[in-house]
Amino acid sequence: MTLTATRGGRTTAAPPRRTRRPRNPYALFLLPGVLAFLLVIVGPFLMNTGVSFTEWSGVGSPKWTGLANYRELLDDAEFWASFRHSLFMVVAMAAVPTALGLVLAAALFDFVGKHFGPRLAAVLRACFYLPQVLPIAVAGIVWSWILAPENGSLNDLLSALGLGSWQQDWLGDPDLALYSVMGVMVWVQLGFPLVVFMAGLQRVDPQLYEAAELDGAGWWRRFRHITLPQIRPEIYVVLTWCTIAALKVFGAVYVLTKGGPGGATDVPSYFSFTTFFEKTQVGYGAAISTVLTVIILLLSLAGLKLQTRAEDAEDGAGGSRA
Amino acid sequence: MTTLPATGTGTGTGTRPRVPRRPSRPVLARYPVLVALCIGALFMVVPFAVVTLNALKSPTEYAQNGPLSLPHGLYLDGLKDFWERVDYGQKLWNSVLISGSVAVLAVVLSVLNAYAIGIGRIRGRTWVLAFFVLANVLPQEALVYPVYYLSKEAGLYDTRLSVIIVFTVIQSAFGTYLLSSVLGSFPREVIEAARIDGANAWQVLWRIVVPMSRPTLGVLLVFFFIWTWNEFLLPLVMLISNDNQTVSVALGVLQGQHLMDATMTNAAALLGVLPALVFFLVFQRTLTRGIAVGAVK
Repeated sequence: MTLTATRGGRTTAAPPRRTRRPRNPYALFLLPGVLAFLLVIVGPFLMNTGVSFTEWSGVGSPKWTGLANYRELLDDAEFWASFRHSLFMVVAMAAVPTALGLVLAAALFDFVGKHFGPRLAAVLRACFYLPQVLPIAVAGIVWSWILAPENGSLNDLLSALGLGSWQQDWLGDPDLALYSVMGVMVWVQLGFPLVVFMAGLQRVDPQLYEAAELDGAGWWRRFRHITLPQIRPEIYVVLTWCTIAALKVFGAVYVLTKGGPGGATDVPSYFSFTTFFEKTQVGYGAAISTVLTVIILLLSLAGLKLQTRAEDAEDGAGGSRA
Repeated sequence: MTTLPATGTGTGTGTRPRVPRRPSRPVLARYPVLVALCIGALFMVVPFAVVTLNALKSPTEYAQNGPLSLPHGLYLDGLKDFWERVDYGQKLWNSVLISGSVAVLAVVLSVLNAYAIGIGRIRGRTWVLAFFVLANVLPQEALVYPVYYLSKEAGLYDTRLSVIIVFTVIQSAFGTYLLSSVLGSFPREVIEAARIDGANAWQVLWRIVVPMSRPTLGVLLVFFFIWTWNEFLLPLVMLISNDNQTVSVALGVLQGQHLMDATMTNAAALLGVLPALVFFLVFQRTLTRGIAVGAVK
C-alpha cells in the first residue's frame, strides 16, 4: 500500500522517464492528498499493524512478542464469539435489508409508481430512508427506550394488545439481546438498499416489462427474470457495502447494549475498543483490529470483482468503461 | 399522503391528476399491496412519533399513563432542562463546526486528487485509485489507537481540529474515488481548448472543471456533512471534554451512563432527531440522487 503511495508521490518530484508527455503538470495536485493520507491513514495503519506484534499498555515502549497476540486470539472464546455475532450482523445489515429492499423497491417502483403515481412512491421511499440519516447514537437512544423492560413502548403495546405474556427484557436477556439489536439494525439499514435499487430500476428498459406482460408473465416472474438480472451490479454493490458496514458496526452496540449482557452482543469493533481503552492491552487490541481489517479488505476485493464482472456482463462485449 | 392514491396513475414522470383506472386489472386487488407498504413505512416512522409524543409529556404524566398515551398539553420543561444540563447549544455548534469544515476541506482535497487522477491521467493512476479505495474501506478500529496516541504526542488530543483533520482525509477517500470516475469522462475538448488559449492547469481546474462539476460537488458536500455529523467511534475517543463533544458523542455517552430518566431520554432523542430531520428535509433529493450516483459508478 505504501509502495503505491510513494510511487504516486515520486512522480511529482523526480522527472519521469519521457514517454509521451514531457512532464505531467497535474501530478503536483496529488501532493497534498498523498501527504495527508500518509499522515492520517497509512502511518497509523502501519503503526497499528506493528503494535499488534507487541505487548504494550500505551505508555512506555512496546515489547516485541512476535505472533503471540495472534496465537492468543485463536484460543480466545470472546474473540470467536465476537466474530460469530458479526455473522448475525451481516444477516441483519446485509442479507435481510437487501432481500427486503429488493422486494420493496420493485413494489414501489413497478407497482405504486405505476398505479398510484411517482409522488406517492417517493413519499414512501423517504419514510423507509429516514432512519439512514439519523446518527446511530440517536437511533440507539430511541430504541433502547422503546425496548426498555419497564415502561418501554414495546412492552406497553404488547400488554395493551392483551399479549402481556410476550413481554421481554429485550436488550437485557442474554438469549434475546442479539436478536433485538439485529432488529434495530434492519430498521436502520433498510433504506440504503431500497434507494439504490429504486435508482437502478430506472435504468431498466420499460419495454422489457411491457413485452413480458404481453407474454402473460406475472409480477413474480417479471421480478425474477427481468428485475433481478438487470440490477445485479447494484445488488453486488449493496451487499458488499452493507457487509462491510455490518463488520464495522460499533455505535449501535455501544449505545444499545455495550456488548452485554455477558458479552452476548459483543462484536469485533467493540471488543477491540474495550481492549484498547478499558483493558489498555493495546497490542492485543491492535491484533483484533488487524484481523478485522484483513477480513474487510478481502471481502471488498471479492465484492469489487463480482461487481465489475456483473457490469461487464451487462455491457456485453464492448464495455463502456475506460 | 392520504389524498394521493385516488388520483395519479401517471406512468413515468409527472403526476397527472385525472385518468382514474386501467381497465385490464381489478382495481381492488391493488390496494392490499399498497396497504402493506404503507404499514411498513409507518413502522419505520413510528419510533420518531413515539419519541416526539413522550418528549412533550411531563414526568408525572408519563409515570401515570405510560409511553403510549397522548400528551395532555405541551410540556416543554423537559426539553429545556435537557438543553441546559448538557449545554446542547455548544454541542450543536461543535457538530456544525466539525461537519462543516470537514465537508468543505474534504471536497477540496477530493477535487485536487481527482483532478490529477481523472483529468491529469498521471502515471500509475490505477494504483493510486486502488489505494484510495482501500483507504475507504479500512475500518476505523485499525486507526483509532495510533490516531489517539499520535494526537496526544502532537498536543492535538481533545481538540476539534484533530477530528476535522482525520475526517477530512477519511471522507476524501470516498470523494476521490467518486470524482475520479466522474472527471474521467469530462469532455476533453473543453480542456484542450482552454489549454490552447493559454490557461495553466490551475486555471483549468478553478475556472472550468470545478464550475462544470458543481452538481456532483454539491452531492459530496452534503454527504460529507451528514456522514461526519453521524460519526461516532473516533469523536468518542478523541473528544472527551464536554466543551468539544459533538451531538452524537454527547448523547451516546449520556445514554451509556444510564443517568437519564424517561422524559430526559426522550428530550435527548428528540433533540438528536431534529437536526437529522432538518437535513433530511432540506437535502432529500440530493441524498437519494447522490446515493444512486455513488453506487452505479
